[in-house]
Amino acid sequence: MNRWRSNSAEGIRERPFWRSIVTHGALIAASLGMVYPILWMIAGSLRPQEEIFGGTTSIIPSQVTIEAYRDGWFGLQVSFGRFFANSLAISVLSSIGNVVAASAVAFAFAKLKFFGRDFWFALMLGTLMLPYEVTLIPQYVLFQRLGWVNTWLPLVVPKFLAVDAFFIFLIVQFFRQLPRELDEAAQIDGCSAWGIYWRIILPLSGPVLATAAIFSFIWTWEDFFGPLIYVSDMKLYTVQLGLSTFVDSSGTSSWSELFAMSILSLVPVFLIFLFFQRTLIEGIATTGMKR
Amino acid sequence: MSTSVELHGIVKRFGAHEVIRGVDLSIEPGAFTVFVGPSGCGKSTLLRMIAGLEPISDGDLIIDGERMNDVAPSRRSIAMVFQSYALYPHLTVYRNLAFGLEMAGYKRPEIDLRVQRVASALRIDSLLKRRPKALSGGQRQRVAIGRAIVRDPKIFLLDEPLSNLDAELRVQMRVEISKLHQELGNTMIYVTHDQVEAMTMASKIVVLRDGNVVQVGTPLELYNRPRDIFVAGFIGSPRMNLVPVRFTPGADGFRFAGETVRFESPLSEVEREAPLSLGVRPEHIMIGGEAGQPLCQARVHLVEHLGGATVIYATAPDGNNLTIATPGQSDVHQGDLVPLRVHPALCHLFRENGTALPGI
Repeated sequence: MNRWRSNSAEGIRERPFWRSIVTHGALIAASLGMVYPILWMIAGSLRPQEEIFGGTTSIIPSQVTIEAYRDGWFGLQVSFGRFFANSLAISVLSSIGNVVAASAVAFAFAKLKFFGRDFWFALMLGTLMLPYEVTLIPQYVLFQRLGWVNTWLPLVVPKFLAVDAFFIFLIVQFFRQLPRELDEAAQIDGCSAWGIYWRIILPLSGPVLATAAIFSFIWTWEDFFGPLIYVSDMKLYTVQLGLSTFVDSSGTSSWSELFAMSILSLVPVFLIFLFFQRTLIEGIATTGMKR
Repeated sequence: MSTSVELHGIVKRFGAHEVIRGVDLSIEPGAFTVFVGPSGCGKSTLLRMIAGLEPISDGDLIIDGERMNDVAPSRRSIAMVFQSYALYPHLTVYRNLAFGLEMAGYKRPEIDLRVQRVASALRIDSLLKRRPKALSGGQRQRVAIGRAIVRDPKIFLLDEPLSNLDAELRVQMRVEISKLHQELGNTMIYVTHDQVEAMTMASKIVVLRDGNVVQVGTPLELYNRPRDIFVAGFIGSPRMNLVPVRFTPGADGFRFAGETVRFESPLSEVEREAPLSLGVRPEHIMIGGEAGQPLCQARVHLVEHLGGATVIYATAPDGNNLTIATPGQSDVHQGDLVPLRVHPALCHLFRENGTALPGI
């Protein structure tokens, strides 16, 4: 018998049907378990408030009402639409700032040679290990002295200064995969470092820039702590701060409105994942990113 | 437009490690010079230093009488064809060809004229709207060459441009590059690890090893008179046979596997005493007949029929392996005992330190 060939006449054995049922059943149960809180929240936003904590565990409301959506949107001093617009503006600006600044810094670290490069790169990565709470107070003092407290500036301007080491690292990994010969060919063709970045590297970096933009948008959209610290004027509130106004520690909380607006606040994030999931996967796969 | 290139004492260090160790070289205007050597010998590093992509640690690079060590690559009037072609993936073929001219500030009509002319000459005019990923390997190669030509440089630098092509395309492109050189007449410096490419294309070959230039010469000079055992073994395919021999005073020749090979040129007493290596190319070993001198009786253990030639692998009685290349189709079979003969004039002797004995 040739050692490279098998004499076995058996094909691949098929799995028993019952095993498939059990596996799928377990996966469906786990999925339901994970999605149940969302379903419960949707149900809570469509049922009368007194029914939410009335002892029922059913996710089917006894009576469907959209009052929570109406009251949530228009019930505060400032319309919830304003909070959505604020969050959108901050998130978009932050994404632009992160992408522009992080990509420029990443280009320097990935493609340029300068004295102390490895030291500064390690230092930059070291900031990833700093908890936000450690830098919070010094940053607050800085912004207060600049007169930026109670504005969006502390939330947006730092993004244009490449403060987010995670995105820099993400983009560095991508840039390092681009062949060095492309830079060299551009160099011979007369491109400056800026020209190589702008004309060659950036146009080839669609996936990673899209990934950085998407994650930047989502994380900024979901950020509660930053706006809480720096914004006190309700007209400047983000969606997350707006949601917190429904929860009152001293009196009663408006749970229906909270659930309703929470559901709506998920819509942009859901849409981004829906339309950009392929870009996200491509970007993550290309960079080996894992959070 | 032809340009001379001179390298005086060129050294390249990466940290404490020296990869190019004092190279002195003169490349005449219009010459097709090939840097050849095994992987890691420094040929690509040397090319990159000429291009300005690697800083020179020590020594001087002179192009047309001007010192170029600190001059930016774009101002050396060079064009480079990379091993991976390095075409800009996001640009069309037209834009790839035009890119260098745009950076140099040429006006659109001039750019268009040059691009169309080069595209037509290289037969890529139907591909101008395509992107590199829609091109075959050979087409990408032409675009890479076209991108170099369109800038009308003084010097062409080619870094193993054919290594990513299949064998048939490689032969075809070798001929095209040689024709291009004849038409343009520019100075070309070509890097390859393939000695066949070096032999067929070069007007001058520079053999490198471990950062040193071992020998410089025309292809036939290196083939007929290798100055070093490394060059002897590197140039020529199949590789030269190299066997240890000792001078036999009584027979006034070199003893090898039961036979004595006599050379006409006299040897000094020192050389007679020292262990030497006898080099003979496979194509210079004859099977049977009366020409030349007997070398040994060898047992055949493998025969390769190439159609136009036959390569025979045999073992001498002392255990040394020999390769014989005969023209045409041989009727030698595995297991045969064949009498081998050589012309001493076509043999080479090398000292223990690898240097060739001159005039043998």
